[in-house]
Amino acid sequence: MSQRPMLLKGGRVVDPSQGLDDHVDVLLTEGKVSKIGTALPRPEGTEEVDCAGTVIVPGLIDVHVHLREPGGEHKETIATGARAAAAGGFTAVCAMPNTDPVIDSPATVGFVAAAGREAGSARVYPVGALSIGQKGERLTEIGELVEAGAVAITDDGRPVMDSGLMRLALEYAQAFDIPVADHPEDLGLSRNGVMNEGVVSARLGLAGKPNASEDVHILRDLLVAELTGGHIHIQHVSTRQGIEAIRQAKARGVRVTAEATPHHLLLTDEAVEGYRTDAKMNPPLRSDADRDAVREGFLDGTLDTLATDHAPHHYDEKEQAFDDAPFGIVGLETVVGLILTHLVHTGEMDLSTFVERASVQPARAFRLPGGTLVEGGVADVTVLDLDREWTVDPSLFLSRSRNTPFTGWDLRGGPVRTVVGGRTIWTLAEGSRS
Amino acid sequence: MSEPARPLGKDLVGLEDLSADQIRTILDTAEPFKEISERRIKKVPVLRGQTIVNLFMEPSTRTRISFEFAEKRLSADTVNISSTGSSVQKGETLVDTARNLEAMKIDMVVIRHWASGAARFLAERIPSNVVNAGDGSHEHPTQALLDLLTLRDHLGDLAGRRVCVVGDILHSRVARSNIWGLLKLGAEVGVCGPRTLLPRGIESFGVEVFNRIEEAIEWADALNILRLQLERMKGGFVPSLREYNRVYGVSTARLEKAPRDVLILHPGPMNRGVEIDSDVADGPQSVILKQVTNGVAVRMAVLYLLAGGSPERAEAAKRRGMGG
Repeated sequence: MSQRPMLLKGGRVVDPSQGLDDHVDVLLTEGKVSKIGTALPRPEGTEEVDCAGTVIVPGLIDVHVHLREPGGEHKETIATGARAAAAGGFTAVCAMPNTDPVIDSPATVGFVAAAGREAGSARVYPVGALSIGQKGERLTEIGELVEAGAVAITDDGRPVMDSGLMRLALEYAQAFDIPVADHPEDLGLSRNGVMNEGVVSARLGLAGKPNASEDVHILRDLLVAELTGGHIHIQHVSTRQGIEAIRQAKARGVRVTAEATPHHLLLTDEAVEGYRTDAKMNPPLRSDADRDAVREGFLDGTLDTLATDHAPHHYDEKEQAFDDAPFGIVGLETVVGLILTHLVHTGEMDLSTFVERASVQPARAFRLPGGTLVEGGVADVTVLDLDREWTVDPSLFLSRSRNTPFTGWDLRGGPVRTVVGGRTIWTLAEGSRS
Repeated sequence: MSEPARPLGKDLVGLEDLSADQIRTILDTAEPFKEISERRIKKVPVLRGQTIVNLFMEPSTRTRISFEFAEKRLSADTVNISSTGSSVQKGETLVDTARNLEAMKIDMVVIRHWASGAARFLAERIPSNVVNAGDGSHEHPTQALLDLLTLRDHLGDLAGRRVCVVGDILHSRVARSNIWGLLKLGAEVGVCGPRTLLPRGIESFGVEVFNRIEEAIEWADALNILRLQLERMKGGFVPSLREYNRVYGVSTARLEKAPRDVLILHPGPMNRGVEIDSDVADGPQSVILKQVTNGVAVRMAVLYLLAGGSPERAEAAKRRGMGG
């Protein structure tokens, strides 16, 4: 498919993958980054995009989203999820396999990949199930899943409780150079918990998941990764002890990458007050000390990857008693504004580190194209306006679901243009182009 | 016509939300209502023409009947809905049930639900008054109010008095409501039970924690002994009922070692020989049946106040009722 070259002109380019933070132009041709610099050549038919006052970064990548298709199309589809991703500034997302049916065969992996291509928006990379049916019993045909397009394996939504199975996965997956992602939760300790175990749960009379339910599972994963030499990717870390364990494991050379979510960076279990089901997620929002530790870990790189755990649910499902409502919140369309407002503009995190966590490192962790604007790389680009002011209004989401605890938050900064393979798939002014 | 005063607001969801004055208002308002139940004609016309729905999504005998008596003695029209044999069993959601009731133009809903937060959920979504008759492990405010009234009847002012709640605090809505109510009235509150049945962080409520029943008995002026749900044993929280009785059961032998007479309350239904021995339940320090009697008066007071009644007029209503 031939397409017009695109020249992103007059913006500030921030690309930590090549230590770049400068006012230069970016030329995209034939789906690749062809040149970065000033006074660039303008091939015939070049579309010029005035980027003055904005920041051009390698396309953002979210390695942890739930697109609900197949089986949960009333919550989200691959197409609506991909468009929501684009509107959030993401050029690629990794779709979790806990759908109905589970993505545990080459055919279902292929379905997700094809539906993603057909959506023609943000790239959709399938993640395969670690075990057949996510039952935690037998490994999937990992080699075949990878051949069909899977970029990682996980039983996300459910932890891998059998340590022996985790060992096998971490050993077997090495042949295919993919990470094994795990939702760390010891189900024996978390039992029927629906929120963080603490003072708030004690008051509300809701069953709690203690920190230890996550801590022991993280430690287990780290030790098994160390044993096998495999790459463990720890999802949505929420506890201070878990973060400390990852920090120590990294220091002794364990191959571990780990996620921080915007909600664990910004909220605590106080948000559950009033039985707010839009603050119900797993792992749960935890204490102030845990929230601070997530921030510290995100700043120092222990939690190297920003991931939203975008988990759409229909409003009927959230409009229930707290015990009955499903876990999860949407995140794709709010995360950039949240992090810019609450971490970058406050001076806690510099812009280049934000790009590192939201683009460079996710690409590296999941071995994906992008995460860089180096010449010859894929032309996946996000353009940010650091100063545009906006208020979170779920009725404007492109996602099919609205379940967010951030409704009404006033934010500063967000994406204005998302470019995938050299083609603009979304702009703030015009909306989705797919 | 002026708006009726609402000393409690629209709903009664929990005692955590009430001030000490509001709690005292309810207890004071219950006093004149106690006497109505002693009459031959046990009825006053203060809620005449009001429709009250008793929405019980969880099995309950005592609480439902106590509310029903309270409603009938205030002359309200009542409808009972239980989870079995209703649209709930057909998969209707709580919010739809509520909206349908609302569409039939009702005035109040008394709700019992297995999920914590259900009463508040309903209260936020319908304009009718909502009374929480127990929501999950959260609160059971009218039970605590009748406990407070019974304690006040026997101990006088509760400020500085020591009341210990014994048993499964973790899953108990009665415990939470009692803790808030007692603390607000200035009592010292203890909790006693196996650690498996105490919520982590319970100390932050401002209560004393006792691991052994002997210590609790030595400390307390009154014990409020909770029923040990059989499910707790199946859940592994306690190894056996026999062991529970040996370690935490309230017996005459244990009470005899107390430095003072300890008042015995139990919200019922009792497991005799498990959390409480029969000679204690039927003994001189037991006020368990007085709690039941007070339950009707307290619930009359709550319904009356939510409907816009004032404590002063409760006395007058009683006199008017006597004439009719």
